[in-house]
Amino acid sequence: MSHPASASRYFVPQPSHWPLVGSIALLLLATGAVLLMNSVANGGLVLTGGFVVLAVMLFGWFGRVIGESEGQRYNLQVDRSFRWAMGWFIFSEVMFFVAFFGALFYIRVLAIPDLASPEQAALWEGFQDSWPSAGPGASDPFSKMHAWGIPAVNTLLLLTSGATLTWAHWGLIAEKRTQLIIGLLLTIALGVVFLCFQVYEYGEAYAHMNLKMTTGVYGSTFYMLTGFHGFHVTLGVTMLTVILLRVLKGHFTAERHFAFEGVAWYWHFVDVVWLGLFIVIYWL
Amino acid sequence: MQATSHTGYAGHHDHDSHGHPTGWKRWVTTTNHKDIGSMYLWFSFVMFLVGGAMSLIIRAELFTPGLQYVSPEFYNQMLTLHALIMVFGAIMPAFVGFANWMIPMMIGASDMAFARMNNWSFWLLPPAAILLTASIFVPGGAAGTGWTLYPPLSIQMGMGMDMAIFAVHILGMSSIMGSINIVTTILNMRTPGMTLMKMPLFCWTWLVTAFLLIASMPILAGAVTMLLTDRHFGTSFFSAAGGGDPVLFQHIFWFFGHPEVYIIALPAFGVVSHVIPAFSRKPLFGYVSMVYAIAAIGLISFFVWAHHMYVTGIPLTGQLYFMYATMLIAVPTGVKVFNWVTTMWRGSLTFETPMLFALGFLVLFTIGGLTGLVLAMTAVDIQLQDTYYVVAHFHYVMVAGALFSAYAGLYFWLPKWTGHMYNETLGKWHFWLSMIFFNIAFFPQHFLGLAGMPRRIPDYAQQFADFNVISGIGAFGFGFSQLLVLVVVFQAVKGGARAASRPWDGAHGLEWTVPSPAPYHTFEDPPHFDQAEAHG
Ligand code: HEM
Ligand SMILES: [Cu+2]
Repeated sequence: MSHPASASRYFVPQPSHWPLVGSIALLLLATGAVLLMNSVANGGLVLTGGFVVLAVMLFGWFGRVIGESEGQRYNLQVDRSFRWAMGWFIFSEVMFFVAFFGALFYIRVLAIPDLASPEQAALWEGFQDSWPSAGPGASDPFSKMHAWGIPAVNTLLLLTSGATLTWAHWGLIAEKRTQLIIGLLLTIALGVVFLCFQVYEYGEAYAHMNLKMTTGVYGSTFYMLTGFHGFHVTLGVTMLTVILLRVLKGHFTAERHFAFEGVAWYWHFVDVVWLGLFIVIYWL
Repeated sequence: MQATSHTGYAGHHDHDSHGHPTGWKRWVTTTNHKDIGSMYLWFSFVMFLVGGAMSLIIRAELFTPGLQYVSPEFYNQMLTLHALIMVFGAIMPAFVGFANWMIPMMIGASDMAFARMNNWSFWLLPPAAILLTASIFVPGGAAGTGWTLYPPLSIQMGMGMDMAIFAVHILGMSSIMGSINIVTTILNMRTPGMTLMKMPLFCWTWLVTAFLLIASMPILAGAVTMLLTDRHFGTSFFSAAGGGDPVLFQHIFWFFGHPEVYIIALPAFGVVSHVIPAFSRKPLFGYVSMVYAIAAIGLISFFVWAHHMYVTGIPLTGQLYFMYATMLIAVPTGVKVFNWVTTMWRGSLTFETPMLFALGFLVLFTIGGLTGLVLAMTAVDIQLQDTYYVVAHFHYVMVAGALFSAYAGLYFWLPKWTGHMYNETLGKWHFWLSMIFFNIAFFPQHFLGLAGMPRRIPDYAQQFADFNVISGIGAFGFGFSQLLVLVVVFQAVKGGARAASRPWDGAHGLEWTVPSPAPYHTFEDPPHFDQAEAHG
């Protein structure tokens, strides 16, 4: 690969204190969470402090990066670096979900049938191999989540939001700023509606279906997978909002807009994870 | 575009002339790969001493049968922290330190692709280390589960367990960011003309290692997250009453854990692949087969995890599959050992300290690999699982393998880093003491294991006493010999004979074309890549 002469001059950022601030934030968050979970005094306080420091760090650090980007400090090589990095970051996120999907498959294909097998009859008499299941020790009846209500609507919402985002991207490339802004607004709105439905669904599950985190493996896998997914949607919406604000400030050109694309890749990744969830958590 | 990059370049000079922050601020705010590499290496050494002190507590307790100095609970905590600190705090950061120092110099880049994030990857380590070590002092003490953190025990532990869980999360973030940085640097920052197949092998090993980290660290994060929710939020992933299964944790853990051993081993292979050719004054034999072997090892390492779980009741077909798949890894590993040996064949060998450590690596790692093959056999492992045979096996691989290779790299590149030659006599003493005491410490453990002494137990039956005394003597000797390296490094930093830009006449690669010590910013522009320096 031959680099154009202009792109081959390296960019190295100035010394920065944000990494240290970030580390302090994480130490506070971890300490706070440990204290809180073990009901020791001041856990909540330390945790809140951690979030505040984290927020300061994120503002400061990303502000810096945006400033450098707008100050034309990034050449094409840096742009390529960002693309590689975002791709690998999303891959690592995929692997994080693989752990939970793997747990779900293991439980459904191996753990539950094994607990219901004749060898286990002495321990767990009368336990049937079925799904959903809260395990042989459960006595509380609960109801199952159905795919064709809110979850189906949510699938539609997220798929549509993928389309509106692409439409916004077309607007950016064609220098049609209004289309870009409307596209982004629609995407964010769809994401927020999705999240509202999700919260409503959780509320229903707790209030009327007796489906809780503590409802055996069904509750565990349901809340873990949908919960982490919802958290990622929240992150995605936040990032889209930042992109929207930057667009309103006149950032990005038709040629150079990696931040937009990176966030778009992330949003599509969140979308694909949801399809997996819809199929294996709600439907099958 | 022209104008754009020019500004960037000018800005770069600008901050040079303003000067960098000095004192502690320099280290906290730095975006320089050499500073960050040094911090990684020093951190790793400190953690090595901490983890080493813990291992000596363990060995002191095991010196004679019966309970002497510590309670069984504390013994287990020391055992767990020793392993977590050695693996995540000492060995892994040591090789990330090498990666930081050497990869930009080897591929002709100015720095890592993300110099600021690079600093964060490092500064995430101290919080994790604080969480781990502080957990000794909280009510209930540190996690005492062994580094594998198996439930149900890990569900029942006190808050020290939560601290270990969050430490693992933070370490994982650090590793993932560091790895993304390394992959991006290698793929995007090579100087023109350096194709992937001309790249130094150390970079190849790190490319694959970084991939393994990015793929496996999130799995570990998922596993400990499920532990956390099982502990505090009433989920039942690992509890049979709720329909879960403790064995599920073992599957997820080892899906991470086996790649993890290659995360430790591959960079060690990389270092040795530079040292052996340099002191044989011959190019590395079979460069291309080395690259394929690295890739093959990386790939297969994801499909062998249940060789750690032969006695958990997995079906016979599963045992057979995992047995054969594990043995398959011996093929590319054998290719590598063959190539190293063949590189030396009819070379003009000299035996300076780096070469000695590389040869120590070669011999002892091969022993560790062979005992690994023994353990891969299901029928044998059912006897040896959780005995001292396993402890001997993985210390041959991790101490005599990874640690010796790190020492080889340290002595090899120290002249480039400090600009001074180190004290060869002391270096040789360090090697021979390490080599002898290591074997005294760990070779008898094979016999202990074969005779049935279980691991992770502070007390044992009378018939194991003699070998444990020998092993204890070796461990203390080994531990104190390691302080020599501190002397060597201090001396080399302070002064000594000036090192030439290529102090080892057989060494190749871009890093030897720049002066020793390497300037703070090695390459401000992509250097010319002379084919004579290809393959490092
Ligand atoms: C001075 C050198 C060292 C000595 C004397 C030493 C000694 C020990 C001892 C006595 C145990 C306990 C075995 C048991 O009861 O099961 C142990 C466990 C372990 N060590 Fe080391 N060790 C040393 C260096 C290292 C290094 C450098 C590493 C890693 C890179 C390492 C990794 C481990 C691991 C993973 C375990 C297993 C802990 C567990 O059972 O969970 N050790 N070591
Ligand atoms: Cu393994």
